[in-house]
Amino acid sequence: MQMEEFRTRARDIVNDPNLTYHQRRHYLAGLAEEALEPPALGADAREALNKRIICDLYEGNAPYRARYILPDYAKALAQGSAFLELDPPTSLDEALNFLLILYTQVPSITSYPVYLGDIDKLLEPYTDGISDEDLYDKLRLFWRALDRMFPDAFTHVDLGPDDSRVGRTIFRIERDLEQVVPNITFKVDPERTPDDFVRDGVLTVFKVAKPHFVNHPLMVRDLGEDYASVSCYNSLPIGGGSHTLVRLNLKEVARRHNGTPEAFLTTTLPHYVALTAEIIESRIRYLVEEARFFEHDFLAKEGLIDLSKFSAMFGVFGLAECVEALGAGTYGTDEAANELSYRIVDAIAAQVAATPMPHCEGNGGVCFLHSQSGIDSDVGVTAGTRVAIGAEPGLYEHIRAVAPHHDKFSAGVSDVFQVEDTVVNNPDAMVDVIRGAFHEGMRDFTFNVGCNDFIRITGYLVRKSDLAEFAASGARHNSTAFGYGAEANTHITTRNVKRVLVHERTPRPPE
Amino acid sequence: MSAPRALLNDFIPFSNVDGPGNRFVLFLQGCNFDCTFCHNPYTISTCIDCEICIEPCPEDALSLDTDGSVTVDWGRCTRCDICVDVCPYDSTPLARQVTVDEIFSEIRAAAPFLSGITVSGGEATLQPGFVAALFAEIKTHPDTRHLTTFVDSNGSCSPETWDVLLPVMDGAMIDIKAFDDAIHVALTGVGNGRVLDSIRYLARRNRLHEVRLPLISGVNDADDLLTRTARWIASIDPALRVKVIGFRKHGVRAEYQDLAEPTADQMEHYEQVLSAAGVSEIVRV
Repeated sequence: MQMEEFRTRARDIVNDPNLTYHQRRHYLAGLAEEALEPPALGADAREALNKRIICDLYEGNAPYRARYILPDYAKALAQGSAFLELDPPTSLDEALNFLLILYTQVPSITSYPVYLGDIDKLLEPYTDGISDEDLYDKLRLFWRALDRMFPDAFTHVDLGPDDSRVGRTIFRIERDLEQVVPNITFKVDPERTPDDFVRDGVLTVFKVAKPHFVNHPLMVRDLGEDYASVSCYNSLPIGGGSHTLVRLNLKEVARRHNGTPEAFLTTTLPHYVALTAEIIESRIRYLVEEARFFEHDFLAKEGLIDLSKFSAMFGVFGLAECVEALGAGTYGTDEAANELSYRIVDAIAAQVAATPMPHCEGNGGVCFLHSQSGIDSDVGVTAGTRVAIGAEPGLYEHIRAVAPHHDKFSAGVSDVFQVEDTVVNNPDAMVDVIRGAFHEGMRDFTFNVGCNDFIRITGYLVRKSDLAEFAASGARHNSTAFGYGAEANTHITTRNVKRVLVHERTPRPPE
Repeated sequence: MSAPRALLNDFIPFSNVDGPGNRFVLFLQGCNFDCTFCHNPYTISTCIDCEICIEPCPEDALSLDTDGSVTVDWGRCTRCDICVDVCPYDSTPLARQVTVDEIFSEIRAAAPFLSGITVSGGEATLQPGFVAALFAEIKTHPDTRHLTTFVDSNGSCSPETWDVLLPVMDGAMIDIKAFDDAIHVALTGVGNGRVLDSIRYLARRNRLHEVRLPLISGVNDADDLLTRTARWIASIDPALRVKVIGFRKHGVRAEYQDLAEPTADQMEHYEQVLSAAGVSEIVRV
């Protein structure tokens, strides 16, 4: 980047009337990072990145903090923090205060924490002797602070799988406050989570389009008991996280292939998988060995994160277009297309599992596989391993078509199901569908119901009303700006009650 | 077990509006009522092989079989429903004979997602042998035993027919299209005596899941009629679940499109009137 371009772009950010002070500062930092040389890459990998066959999600040229960080908040509450000069809390008020302070110190790509903890398990020990009304009041203020202090819908809490007073109260608060932040994942274990609690989650979805539902036993199988789902559909070890997320555009890979689907699986696809791994490795090495994030950050020093629990995320998207380009028909509705889609993902999973990756002990020395849910600049390409918008079969066929993929994506897979508004009269029908989906092997998913004010862009939420106002006046939530880009590119809100394209990061500040 | 067959219009693996929870729903072909406000009039009659639909089919999926019946090439059919639109007899060439085995395998595959199954129509009770055999199979098989078995009916069948279903049926949903017999005749073509008998018969046997009141503005929604309806229902069981269904024009035949949909205010008023007359559990949709 030439100095003149740098100055022009910095000036545009500083003078953008639609950005808040914090947003301007955040974008200025991004611009500065962009002015640095990117981590070293071979010519093929560089070209694939430049042609957007592989996308580094605009994480920046000099990674100086891991992309997704999941501090071990339980450990923090138990031991206090020397860096923050905080003793271990002894009451609910102290615990809430402690957590709010700690959250402000958690680095991330968006500058806001993507993980706020398994909040029911963290707080339940402090609730003895507190009445239901007092618990509601205290948590309501805490919840309001989260939304106002961390205005980014990638900020995420987890709940469940066990029933709890804190969990129930939070669902109630969610329905009352209707906030964008925090996003929520509800861990459901068919053996442990009572139907009644799942129904409480469903009623919350009807109002605010969250929580996501995750298949707890499947997550435990892949990640162990101490996992959490963060940002949107990114499931990772607690006390660890992901250094980076680089995603492979399968549509673009298929476009560069001449020949049979068999040849695709054995030549073209492995070539680009290897290039993606090369980019991931160079970013990990920069973060860990050059920026030395884990040697200076207090979270690591105090044992709240541990390099040995980190890995990196290998993302894929555009599977629907890939399968179609290979001549197998329409993914989601054609059996041959579905079969090929499973073989493609199996091939990627096998290669990723056989590619050693430095500093990825959190997943046995290899990357986590992730079905990446898109960003706002994606045009004409379907998120992750989703069925293309408009090609979705009925809910039942849809679940059965995508479910076989979920087994492979231990770091998350995002399917969003649009359901008819009539379901609000019959929440038990949703409970049935959730249980059935888990039985079918689904890992995580969400529902959109057309009748509330929220729209799900990736895993994160934007208020429809905020979206309408953004062009004129800007928005308080960073993610609303991303949502605006997605709406402009894909018309998600005007689509005929269908699920939406998704995205996580915007390549640059809104022009 | 494969003996009983049914003439099936279609099935949907998931429905959240046909009883409690998520349900697999069968729509059987053929009905003995001819309701003006019917939303799926193409399920009323059975096909008489008149051939009118063959030429308009844009996919050339319909043809005349050697036995003179209209047959469907399912490989070509795109379910565009033009054949249904052109049918002058409130029928469809797409209804098909199915066996209990065929349908049971579909239900079994969807079972982990379901609370139960509902047989609707058309009129479910016109093919009771099939319904009873299907329900019996569901109640027997370990993969489907947890499913509840419901019938969505116009209530016109005899106690003897209900007796065929009762051993394997968990609940029925019965419409009262009008408590006033003359209005019922005007709306459906037949009187309501058998319907009211069915409601009493099923309620006494604890198999009446809900009574449904499809209400059309200015036709069957007068206050005094609703009051009489509610009093009668309450006399059977004041805790009976009553579902008030506002008429919608969607799918209704062109000649009846002037029927009026109730407003939200009217719907609320209906609930108040019914509640004041002694019905305690009311659901509005």
